[in-house]
Amino acid sequence: MSITHFSALIFLLTTKNDKNLKRTNMEPIIIEGTPKTPTIRFDAKEGVFEIKGRSIPENSVEFYKPLVDWLDKYKDTPLGKTTVNIRLEYFNTSSSKCILDVFKKLEAIHKAKNDVEVNWFYEEDDEDMLEAGEDYESIIRVPFKMIEIVE
Amino acid sequence: MSFDVENYFSDIAVGSPILYFKGNIDSDLINSMLDLIEEKLVSVNENPKLRKKVYNVLVESLQNLYHHVDKVPEGFEDQVAERFGIFSLLKVDDGYKIVTGNFVKNEGVKELEQKLLRINNSTHEEITELYKFILNHQRISSKGGGGLGLVDIARKTGNKLEYFFKEYDEHNSFFCLNILVDDKK
Repeated sequence: MSITHFSALIFLLTTKNDKNLKRTNMEPIIIEGTPKTPTIRFDAKEGVFEIKGRSIPENSVEFYKPLVDWLDKYKDTPLGKTTVNIRLEYFNTSSSKCILDVFKKLEAIHKAKNDVEVNWFYEEDDEDMLEAGEDYESIIRVPFKMIEIVE
Repeated sequence: MSFDVENYFSDIAVGSPILYFKGNIDSDLINSMLDLIEEKLVSVNENPKLRKKVYNVLVESLQNLYHHVDKVPEGFEDQVAERFGIFSLLKVDDGYKIVTGNFVKNEGVKELEQKLLRINNSTHEEITELYKFILNHQRISSKGGGGLGLVDIARKTGNKLEYFFKEYDEHNSFFCLNILVDDKK
């Protein structure tokens, strides 16, 4: 191996380590749910993101903006595989736009040749929630899995 | 020209009332009403599918009031309410009725009516496409609404949106929306 090749390898390794470091330094987002806002678990080290519960705030932008900004950072150094679990009981139309913004960040990660998978959970017989998942699936180019929760 | 908006509302809100509210629509009030109604629907063992639909439509109709009501006319009895609205949930034979009433500026009536007409003249598939189009192309407005509330209500209920406008004075009209939520869809 020539010195030039060796330097290039070192450079690549360093860059990769820098990227890993950048991601592992990202603080996870953990927010407990309230009657109007969902539980959030975004963990950059595991590459697993979860939105769960009810999302019906009057001002949804205020709630979702930090999440979208966080994903914007994660997007620069994503893991090879990112799993997203959406397990919502209710969400309002104002949240639906913010959730789309979340998905758009995931789409960018997927477009950059990383695995992204969305698991869209809906309760048995909740056709409205299934349809909502299908809406996103038709807009966003990321693989969706529709999972019925049978009680 | 002005009239008693409460009487006008009562003539439209026909059924057995479960909850009635008149006054300022703020975030805490919305929370309380949602809690109360959810408890009530659980206590009467309403089927979960219809219960969820009612809850969804309630959220959208209350938040529509929150985001979109115009100021009350000068000389109106309640000058304190920043967001004056009337709201009622009623039990009817087929399910539930959600009725809302609020002031709109006369200059905004045409646009709102066109929106309602467009929704009412659309098939379920067209409403779904319209919903997706607005979701993907329209940003959240300065009023905080996403422009999707009425489309979502029509889509989830599968029913036409019954509505009424009555001119209150030269600047204002009173707008009532009468939504049937049943389990036929």
